[in-house]
Amino acid sequence: MKYLKNVVTLELDEEKCAGCGICAEVCPHQVFKLINGKAAIGDRDSCMECGACAINCPFSAVSVAAGVGCAYAVIKGKFGKGEVCC
Amino acid sequence: MGSWKVRWGINRMEYKVPPGLYGVGEPGEDSPVLITANYKMTFDRLRKELSGVDAWVLIINTRGVNVWCSAGKGTFSAAEIARMIAVTNLSWVVSHRTLVLPQLSAVGVAAHKLLKMSGFRVIYGPVRACDLPDFLEAGMKASPQMRRVNFGFADRLVLIPMELVRVIKFVAAAYLVLFILNFLKIWSVSFVATLPYLGAVITGCVLTPALLPWIPGRSFAWKGWLLGLIWAIALILYSSPSIPSGWNRALVYLLILPALSSCLAVNFTGASTFTSLSGVRRELKVALPAAIISAGLGVILLVLTQFAL
Repeated sequence: MKYLKNVVTLELDEEKCAGCGICAEVCPHQVFKLINGKAAIGDRDSCMECGACAINCPFSAVSVAAGVGCAYAVIKGKFGKGEVCC
Repeated sequence: MGSWKVRWGINRMEYKVPPGLYGVGEPGEDSPVLITANYKMTFDRLRKELSGVDAWVLIINTRGVNVWCSAGKGTFSAAEIARMIAVTNLSWVVSHRTLVLPQLSAVGVAAHKLLKMSGFRVIYGPVRACDLPDFLEAGMKASPQMRRVNFGFADRLVLIPMELVRVIKFVAAAYLVLFILNFLKIWSVSFVATLPYLGAVITGCVLTPALLPWIPGRSFAWKGWLLGLIWAIALILYSSPSIPSGWNRALVYLLILPALSSCLAVNFTGASTFTSLSGVRRELKVALPAAIISAGLGVILLVLTQFAL
């Protein structure tokens, strides 16, 4: 199952990457690949912006506007009830 | 029985296990240490899958919430694990310095920070507890299959009761209002006349989640709208000869039913395992105003045909 195309905020700074591979390990959708000892974003549209890669990267090479893809929480948030979890 | 109740939202937030260090089998100082949440369904699954394995299970306080959600919310964190390591004197219990965390907890735990805080190295284990014996057998190596989150038919079905529980109070409220209107003789509506709407609710919260991968398109709102449209057209084709003001009624169905189903379907994004926040924001930007306008027009038309025409 695939979600919307070209929406995710995932970014990888290849300069900072040391190739430890933790991003590939923690990603629940196998978005990252290790190519020649460096991380690379493979299947970008599969990213669900959970943020596991970014928080676990010791070199701050991965960034993503992490959050929960939940319509209920987004709508509640819009009506000024702050952050809500499902 | 307990997990059946929880799936229907009965005391769902009070299904907890006390945090602490638990032994499974006959663990010794070399046995692996597995970290998990204090949601009772989580712990029971883990315990069941570990039969025949000797291990320590360190349960941290996630306020009764499962691993993935509590990690996303910040309660399943490096700080909480470090606190529980200290509270339970884990460094005295085991001779090694390795923790096995469920992979989905990675959303909330920075492994390199936990190492600094506690001196324990993190190994992310499989997503599902059932893969743990194989993972441990393989020397704590997870295969790509163990790392992938699935969302198959059965995975989706168990989540549908909660979707129903969420809407049931709105449905009950709507019926109460109709009952009062009937009672005051303002507007008499038969139960049969409400069935198309009830059908749209079922289409949005049961059929769309169940049939998710087979409905064309990617947006949840679109998928729900499409099934709602099919439901509306089926109703119109089925009932057109018997309804006198056929066209008005058909238009009301086309405006309200797909919009209703769409709104309920988009709600399932929160239960799914692959939607991103950016994606949900984007689809809501279009779907929500469209559904409100469509349903609003439908309601105006419904009222007009009922009272003015």
